[in-house]
Order: sequence, then structure tokens, then C-alpha cells
Amino acid sequence: MENNRIPAVRMENITKTFGTVVANNKVDLEIYRGEILALLGENGSGKTTLMNMLSGIYFPDEGRIFIDGEEATIRSPKDAFDHGIGMIHQHFKLVDVFSAAENIVLGLEGGGRLDLEKSSARIREICENYGFEVDPKQKIYDMSVSQKQTVEIVKLLYRGADILILDEPTAVLTPQETDKLFAVLRNMRDDGKAIIIITHKMHEVEDLSDRVAVLRKGEYVGQMLTKETNAREMTNMMVGRQVSLNIERPEPVDPKPRVEVKGLTVRNSDGIVKLDDVSFTANTGEILGIAGISGCGQKELLEAIAGLQPVEKGSICYIEDDGTREELVGKDPMKIASMGVALSFVPEDRLGMGLIGSMDLTDNMMLRSFRNGKSVFTDRKAPRELAEKVVDELEVSTQSLSTPVRRLSGGNVQKVLVGREIASAPTVLLSAYAVRGLDINSSYTIYDLINKQKKAGVAVVYVGEDLDVLLELCDRILVLCGGKVSGIVPGRDADKNEVGLMMTRVGGGEKDVPSVEA
Amino acid sequence: MFHLSKRKALPWYQAWAIRLAAIVIALVVCAVVTTVVTGLNPLKVYATMWQGAFGTSRKTWVLLQELAMLLGVALALTPAFRMKFWNLGGEGQILMGGLAAAACMIVLGDKIPNGFLIILMIVLAIALGAIWAVIPAFFKARWNTNETLFTLMMNYVATQIVAYYVIVWEVPKGSGKIGIINQSTQIGWLPQIGPYKYLLNILVIAVLTIVMHVYMKYSKHGYEISVVGESQNTARYVGIKVEKVIVRTLLLSGAICGLIGVLLVGGTDHTITTTIAGGRGFTAVMVAWLAKFQPVAMVAASLLLVFLERGAQEISTAFQLNHAFGDILTGIILFFIIGSEFFISYQLKFRRNTGKEGEGNV
Repeated sequence: MENNRIPAVRMENITKTFGTVVANNKVDLEIYRGEILALLGENGSGKTTLMNMLSGIYFPDEGRIFIDGEEATIRSPKDAFDHGIGMIHQHFKLVDVFSAAENIVLGLEGGGRLDLEKSSARIREICENYGFEVDPKQKIYDMSVSQKQTVEIVKLLYRGADILILDEPTAVLTPQETDKLFAVLRNMRDDGKAIIIITHKMHEVEDLSDRVAVLRKGEYVGQMLTKETNAREMTNMMVGRQVSLNIERPEPVDPKPRVEVKGLTVRNSDGIVKLDDVSFTANTGEILGIAGISGCGQKELLEAIAGLQPVEKGSICYIEDDGTREELVGKDPMKIASMGVALSFVPEDRLGMGLIGSMDLTDNMMLRSFRNGKSVFTDRKAPRELAEKVVDELEVSTQSLSTPVRRLSGGNVQKVLVGREIASAPTVLLSAYAVRGLDINSSYTIYDLINKQKKAGVAVVYVGEDLDVLLELCDRILVLCGGKVSGIVPGRDADKNEVGLMMTRVGGGEKDVPSVEA
Repeated sequence: MFHLSKRKALPWYQAWAIRLAAIVIALVVCAVVTTVVTGLNPLKVYATMWQGAFGTSRKTWVLLQELAMLLGVALALTPAFRMKFWNLGGEGQILMGGLAAAACMIVLGDKIPNGFLIILMIVLAIALGAIWAVIPAFFKARWNTNETLFTLMMNYVATQIVAYYVIVWEVPKGSGKIGIINQSTQIGWLPQIGPYKYLLNILVIAVLTIVMHVYMKYSKHGYEISVVGESQNTARYVGIKVEKVIVRTLLLSGAICGLIGVLLVGGTDHTITTTIAGGRGFTAVMVAWLAKFQPVAMVAASLLLVFLERGAQEISTAFQLNHAFGDILTGIILFFIIGSEFFISYQLKFRRNTGKEGEGNV
């Protein structure tokens, strides 16, 4: 990279505060055309805030922004567009009932007449240039997540954006879809566009980016060329100290069947089959990973075991140490608990299901235990002690025990939830996307906690989205595809591409093959 | 340029300083409006308002009675509102409770002993009020119907039922009203404590305030109600039976409204009309929100509303103004008090200049 070029974007001395929180403190950043910049940092380090100021959502308290060497004032997303800056957010902003072309031209100024044919032709042209696959006539509700994301990117290009910001674009994609995305991003870079990508996944940074810039606690730490650094160095820079990047995977000790699921079929409230004839066994002292594209039945599977999802067919058997079998189908969480089944569940929706955002730590600890005792009054002493213990042991950063959990950061919310769930000494631990949105440091804390449970003989069912982590952490991986079991592979010698294929096709072969599961 | 941002929680004295400032500003604005519109001395008008509320011991007792009844309904709404079940049917639930009490007094007045009759009145009134609230609750729990509309409609049904019985029991025939029931025998009248006609009602509500505070804050039921109100998913996840909690909570809410009905009919009015609830079912909604669903804070909120109402009445008679003028003052004062809550949670911030170019583009 030649250093005498004028950067496409230069942010100088940017400061942004929210109340008393300093989100960005005197940050400098340069982005060049023909380059992919990875912006790294832990949760709450101010990456998204910084990018939101570039895309006109926030306005900096202090500092200046230069576009192609000229100072620019960006007060709104429209201003950002006028400077050719476009951002793809984690949550897509598309109208479901419109076609791709309609979404792409939506909100553009122009003559009185809408010429979709002409627009479609231009969309096809853009797609050919960069290798996208978009059918302009296809409705958004018919699209997969990755297709929707493609539409978002084409939308920006159609509007002439040449500085693109992508906020965790791969969080929702399969490995194959990620490869495809990276290919078009490289094409766009070679075409002279400036691209900024925010991601937590180190191997993606190494794979894709030309340069990395690191933020830590709102401050700019430094930058380097990707080819001259490695994951360890980048992580140390993000965290500010040495961290180990290996996930521990002890051998399971004396695994015995704990939960046996047979022929499980579940329909959601709209009558759509979400789980189709699913069978597997979760063993004690073992982590069973569940892989799959988002929405292919993981949520329903865990909720069915936890007694929150009506089951159409099949059985879920809890096997006690002495071999007694208890059927869990048709029982609600209260009933399951009263049978002496110590089942803990860390749901995907932390604040919408696992915790109550407006309640404080003590009251959230009480959710599981408030019925204890015969008194009509609640006892807050034990929950307060538990909250103290969790804050202490898991290093939850909170102002006090009476802070509403909604005010905590994502990682701390998750620690509170996991802390409460493992406090009841479970025999089965169900966990859905336990590290979603968490930075490396918090993620490793959670992996450690899960491994401790495994060593204590708990049967862990771990639903995850990062295949690399699943392959490093789990003893066995069950791959779901459209509600069917695509296969169960041993975690130690599984091949990432093979698992990726199994996620999109039952059995993982090149052609559609019928389910091999009985 | 300025923008709004959320404050951190203020210490209580700062929050109250803001509220106090709001009241002072409200009084100044009211003074200006009074002078401009009527030409009266605003201080005299304020003094008259105070007179209307606390001028004589009888007026003070009336104010306390009104305060107690309004507070009682607000307490009844508390558990439902905490559960985010918007019970707008307080009016109808009071009417049904009052109707049950009146029916006992009229139909059974001379047939069973007075003590037994009063117990029966209370039980039936509570039961009928509870039924009136449980019907919408059941439909909400079972089929997720809209409770706001349902409870509201139940008010009209209750009004019509009462209107029907008023005609059935009217005294004298053709007058269209019932008049004082059992005036000579005082059968079914709730006992009076000493010479104080309203003291019983006030004491009942005082006890109820404390009970409700403890119930919401320290009981397992209260905790379940909060969980269901914040997130039904979380409630199900921890094994709370949401449907059961909804029905149980509305039983309680309606029961208290029914109790208010018997306090009004048996305790003070000794008659039944379609307007006996006096709009309290709706005014109490405002009280509940003003007090952020905290039973103890509701005492202050009810006092404020009742004081303003009594004061407004007094100035309209004392200065021979029409009633609308009192309402204007009430409106201004409420506007500032409710508005001050906004400034307790948010603050105005003025933006610093960001360089010459920035200014040019504004």
C-alpha cells in the first residue's frame, strides 16, 4: 500500500460521549480506496459508534472527517450517501413484501415515473460486475439471509456508494455463503472501492483484510498490515494483555446416556414443521454441539427439551444415574423441575426470555428460586448472595447488585444468565448461542464455564453459529438442516467444509439425498 | 442547536426540586392566565382554592373521603397495571359491586339480621366486582383478546344493568331514582365510627394501601405479576403459569373495585345510581400512571387530583365563574407536573460548535 495517497476517509480526533460514557476518545482512522480495512475491538470498544458517525447516524462531539482530502460535515445518512458512504447494519432494513428491485430503488429521488425495467437492467449490470446473484423480481420474504444481505449491498452500489461499511456481516452466514461474500468484497476492492468490515472472527480478518485498525475502550490503539501480523498479536492488542486462543477440550470421562430424543417432530404456532423426526442422545460429561443455518430448528429443539414447546410426535427421555427413564414430553418446566430433573437452559433471547431487563441482579437471580419455601413472601437473601457470588466469580462489571440488567453490556448480561443457570448444579445444560455478540475475552470465559460443567459430568447441548468454535469445543456435532438431522459427526476430526455442506443439504452430499437417520 | 439525552437516575431531592419548580412555574402561569382572563387577584383565587379543599372540617372530611375512594380504585388497578393488563373497567366493576350491595339492602333488608346482611353485602359486592374483571381476563388468558376494549365495554354493560334495576326498584314509582335506601331503619348501612361519617372508608383504604404495597413488593404473587408484566416468555421459561397469574390478578383487581362499590353504597351514599362510580375508574388510571404504579406514591397523586377538583369547584361558585375556568387551572397545573417527569428522566444539552464548516452547513 503506498502511503502517499490521499485517503478516501480520514477521521481525525473524533470524540463522542453518551451521558458520562465516552464511546470514542480522540480516534484517528484512515481508509484508502482499493483496500479492505478490518476494524477490531472488544464489545463496547466503540467500533459501531465510530462507524455510525461516518454513516451519519451520530454526529461527533469533537473532531473532523475528511473525504478524499476535503473536510466534510456528515449530519444525516443522506449526507453520508452524498459522500458515497454506505453502511450494512447487522439488522437488514428491507421491506419484506417488495421485490429486490423495488427495495433497491426505494427512497431514491427521481422523476415521477418508476421505471423498474431500467432499474432491473442496472441491477443486473452491477451483479455481473462483481459476481452477485440477485433476481431483481424476487420478493424479500422468499430470500435467505445471505440473499437479503446481497440485496443490501447491491442497494448501496446502485446508489453509487464507493465507501462501504459492513457491521459483522458473516454472523448469519454459512461458511459457503461467507466465501461467496468475501469473493465479491475482493472484487469490489479490486474495483477501487474502500471497504471497512467489523468482525469478531479472527480467521476472517486474516483471510480477507489488507489492514487492521484496533480500538480498545473507545481509544485508537494502532493499525498494521494484515500480512505482517497474526491472530494472537491482534487479540493481544484488542484486549491489552496476553490471552490464550486455544479452547480446551478434555476427553469425556465415562459418558453415559442422559437425554435420549427419538423421532421428535415439532410444529411452530403457524403449523410449519420446525423439527422433523429428530433423534439423538446427549451423554454425561460430553458437549454435544448443534450446528445449522439460523432458524432450522435449533431453538425449537432446546425449547422442546426444556418443556416450552408443544411436541407433535416423538419422545424425550431423561435417564437418571440408576437407569430410570422419565418422559419429558408433555410436561411444563415446573413439572420437569418437580420430577427432580435438574435442567438448565441458557436461551438465545437473553433479555426477552432468560432475564428481565428492568429488574436488578438480585431479582433476576430469584427467577429460578423464588418459589422456595412455604412463606407467601419472597426471600431475597439467598438470591442476593448468589448475585454477589456470580459477580465475584465471573467478574461481572456492574455498578451494584441493584442495577437493572438491561444497563449491563452484552457480555455481562450473559455472565449473569449463565451464572444463574449453572448455580443450580444442573445435570443437563442447554445453551443457545452462548457467545453471540460477545468479544473474545467474554467468549473464553463462557467456554471455560461450559467446560467446567462438562468436567463435572453435566450433559451439555451447545447450539452455536461459529463452526470453528463448534469444531474446537464439542465432542460430537449434530448438524441440522431444515429441521432434519443431517448427520452427527465427531468433533475431533470433523471437516469444516463437510459440516458446512451438511448444513445446507441433508447428509451433506452433492445432490439431495434422503435422510439417513432412522 | 440542542438535543435531548437520558439522564442517569437523579437523587430523590433533585427529582423533588424539579417537581417543586414545576408547581411554582404552574402557579405563576395560572396567575397570569387568571389575571388576563378574569381580572381577579390570583392570590385570592388560590386562597379560595385552598378554602374549598381544607376550609372547614367538613370540607376536609369530604376531601379525605374523595381521596380515599379515588386511591382505592387506583390501588385496585395497581396489580393489573403492573402486569401490563390495562384494566379500564374499574367503573363497571365498582358499579357491579355497588349493585350487589344495594340489592341486598333492598331485597333482604327486612328478612335477615343486620350484621349478617352487611357481611353478605360485602361478600357479594366483592364477588360481583371480581367476576366483572375476570371475564375479560379469562378471554385474554385463553384467546389473547384485547383487554383494553373488553374491560371498557364491560363498563357500558354494567351501567345498563344498574339503569335497569334503578327502574325496577325506583321509589317513588315514576321518579326514575331509588333515593336513600332504608333511611328510617338504616339496615345495611355500614357502621359509623363515632361522629365521623367517612372515617370507616378512610381507614379501610389506609389499610389497603399498606397491604397492596407489601403484596406488590414482597410477596411471591407480586413478584410473579412483575415477571409476567415484563416478559411472558421469561415467565413461561421459569415455569410461571401466565394464564393463571392473569386470572388471579384480575380477580384481585375486580374484588377491590367491588369493595369500593360497597363502601360507596353501604358506607356513604346509601343509594345506587348509574353515576355512583363518578368517573373514578378512569381518573384512577391517571393516578396510577402519575404514581408510576407505586401504592404509596398514589396517596400523593390522589391528593393532588382531589385537591384540584375540590378547589376548582370552589372558585367557580365563589367567583361565579363557569366551571370551565377551574378546569383550565387544573389542566395547567397537571400539564406542568406531568411535564416535569420528562425533565427528571431527560436533560437538554446544548451542542458545542464543531468548527467553522459545520456552522456553515446548519
